[in-house]
Amino acid sequence: MKYLSEYRDPELVKQFAEELYRITTKAWTIMEICGGQTHSLVKNGILEMLPKEIKMVHGPGCPVCVTPISIIDEAILLSEKTNVILCSFGDMLRVPGTKKSLLEAKATGADVRILYSPLEAVKLAIQNPEKEVVFLAVGFETTAPANALSIIHAHKMNVHNYSMLTSHVLVPPAMEAILSDPENKIDAFLAAGHVCSIMGICEYEPISKKYNTPIVVTGFEPVDLLQGISMAVHQLEKGICKVENQYVRAVQREGNLIAQHTIHEVFDITDRSWRGIGQIPKSGYELNEQYKKFNARIKFHLSATAIDDANECISGKIMKGLKNPIQCPHFGKKCNPEHPLGAPMVSSEGACAAYYHYRSIETFV
Amino acid sequence: MRLECPLPKFDFDIITLGHGSGGLLSQRLLQCGVFDVLKNDILNQQHDGAIIEVNGKMAMSTDSFVVTPLFFPGGDIGELAINGTVNDLAMCGAAAKYLTLAFILEEGLPITEFWEILVSIKEAATKAGVIIITGDTKVVEKGKGDKIFINTSGIGIVHPKADIHHNRIVPGDQIIISGPIASHGVAIMSLRKGLEFETTIQSDTRNLKYITQQLFDSFGNDIHFMRDPTRGGVASVLNEVAGLTQLGYFLDQKQISINEQVEGACEMLGLDPLYVANEGIFIAIVKASIADEFINQLKKNNEFSSAAIIGTVVDEHYGKVVMKSRVGGRRVVNYLTGEQLPRIC
Amino acid sequence: MCLAIPGKIISITPQLNETFLTGKVSFGGILKEVNLSMVPEVAVNDYVLVHVGVAINKVDEEEALKTFEYLKQIGELEELSSGD
Repeated sequence: MKYLSEYRDPELVKQFAEELYRITTKAWTIMEICGGQTHSLVKNGILEMLPKEIKMVHGPGCPVCVTPISIIDEAILLSEKTNVILCSFGDMLRVPGTKKSLLEAKATGADVRILYSPLEAVKLAIQNPEKEVVFLAVGFETTAPANALSIIHAHKMNVHNYSMLTSHVLVPPAMEAILSDPENKIDAFLAAGHVCSIMGICEYEPISKKYNTPIVVTGFEPVDLLQGISMAVHQLEKGICKVENQYVRAVQREGNLIAQHTIHEVFDITDRSWRGIGQIPKSGYELNEQYKKFNARIKFHLSATAIDDANECISGKIMKGLKNPIQCPHFGKKCNPEHPLGAPMVSSEGACAAYYHYRSIETFV
Repeated sequence: MRLECPLPKFDFDIITLGHGSGGLLSQRLLQCGVFDVLKNDILNQQHDGAIIEVNGKMAMSTDSFVVTPLFFPGGDIGELAINGTVNDLAMCGAAAKYLTLAFILEEGLPITEFWEILVSIKEAATKAGVIIITGDTKVVEKGKGDKIFINTSGIGIVHPKADIHHNRIVPGDQIIISGPIASHGVAIMSLRKGLEFETTIQSDTRNLKYITQQLFDSFGNDIHFMRDPTRGGVASVLNEVAGLTQLGYFLDQKQISINEQVEGACEMLGLDPLYVANEGIFIAIVKASIADEFINQLKKNNEFSSAAIIGTVVDEHYGKVVMKSRVGGRRVVNYLTGEQLPRIC
Repeated sequence: MCLAIPGKIISITPQLNETFLTGKVSFGGILKEVNLSMVPEVAVNDYVLVHVGVAINKVDEEEALKTFEYLKQIGELEELSSGD
């Protein structure tokens, strides 16, 4: 497949790996922000191709992992109402709320549907005028334009039975929260390529400067990741600090202005609670005043309180890159995908789940 | 509607509870439909059971079929129901001969759909050289079934040279796959509400009876193990075997073939093709010295032209399946946790 | 957090007043209807990155080649600096 296969070329990957060995002289800790990047690193076995001086830590870029339990509970509550069809991306279905997951709610009769796109949810609302269709809108900035478009579409078509339960989160505030933690040991970041495709690169420049940390906007394929890591190590070895763009085929400096405009037409920036990390100010999106009639929280009078995970879960440390999943005493024992103690074991994008699925302690440690 | 088997004159459009009651309506359905399509000397006896004589070591298998939608590109539930059990027997080294056939029909199922499935069953059975010798039909209330559930059980004679058992697998054995993966699961997914897409992908459903018998003729007990990777895909079969044998299974991703459209669909939906269902391929674990010839023989048939050695059984990472990715790094191929769901992340 | 896959635009649906710009995009041969309102300047045969049914950006063919030039450039730079 074009624009995928070329970036999976084993010969090119080998050359990039050799380049990394050539330039790395010191120990460096690099965080890849995005769960999709974590997934790709582990699934393609790239971690074991890196020089041992390079330590990759996995960031909180998993919107499934950082969605508060209260929102899962709200979604389940809505799904169990007889006149509601609760629609969601597949990723969210196995996330445990306080008592159960959406998948378990579905098994006991709740009308929960997996959709590929939020635009399908609006179609469903039009086809089922007697039902209330609620879309669980989870995601980072990449997913915001699609979610915004669904609202605009519903508004234009005068659809009254569509609403959205929003759990949108933003990357730059999360990066700041990580970098401002006194225990932070991260030397450089790989920023999320598709988030930057929408939002551009400019927001990262003040962060890079303030914390003196190189940031490389990176794609998701093996060649992208190795090149991104290479560019970060080049900067670190030479004592440079700036924002660079590895993912040039998909990211322009200013991002996609039409997409940004669409997002801001529908959403306001709000404070958000991140599961495992806590409250981060101005770190999420919520539907604005003009479109509040589509806000499921208002429509259904929801007011959930934030609940914490089991004390034993160290997800906060995992998502800030302070600990590796394998360092958690419960990893693979008390905590596994069937019985997760917390967020990062729940979704396949979570660092713990990625390690669990693609590696195993006995094999590689 | 298949023209070679036109719908007989039924005076009803849908299946009702009466058709499962054992009374006149049941008789009418069976006489004007089921027996007519499937007729053979044994079934025509219309006993409660079938009396047969078999000589030799026998294998027996059963499977139930609940697929939705009932009709999909490349096949339907009827075809699956025959091929599924024929293939389970083939994986034991047996050539399926006799099958049972049981239906659980949901009230309201259109008779045209039931007829089409029946005709598919007949065609698949003829292709696989099996006859249906006994069966059963029940009808449940609307909402208590999913249009139609089918169970087939089968018996077949085990090939005299076959000796299939996981405890025959030893380090050094070669892991072979007979064709491209994930076609069936993706064909089904292409029709799933909320995920639909346009494609020419077809289910790979086919019977594996004749090809496996040929392979036993040539290689006998040098074939140590065989399994068809249906639900849960290639990864699930290999993990099961890894768990039973406590040996290591090392795969090379670039040897595992996949149709371009199937790969496109998996990329778009975020599915790992190793976990997607297949219905017409098999995995064989064979003695190293015959592996190349095994592949050559498979490839003589058009249907198996993508057959390949995809890995080796090894004396390390016991109980685990490990794969060298296309780019060279390794990963563990773990058991699936629950059903694989499409993802956006 | 963002599974976005490159696909080729096969056709663009003529836009009506209140509807969004949409088109058919091919991913290795399978076709999916995709919302193109975020990339209105695209044409048939262009490649776009698609995330949850929406094209989020066009793939820049020229820029795409730069990744493959990178190692060569690094090699040349190193040669230049070691030659000093």
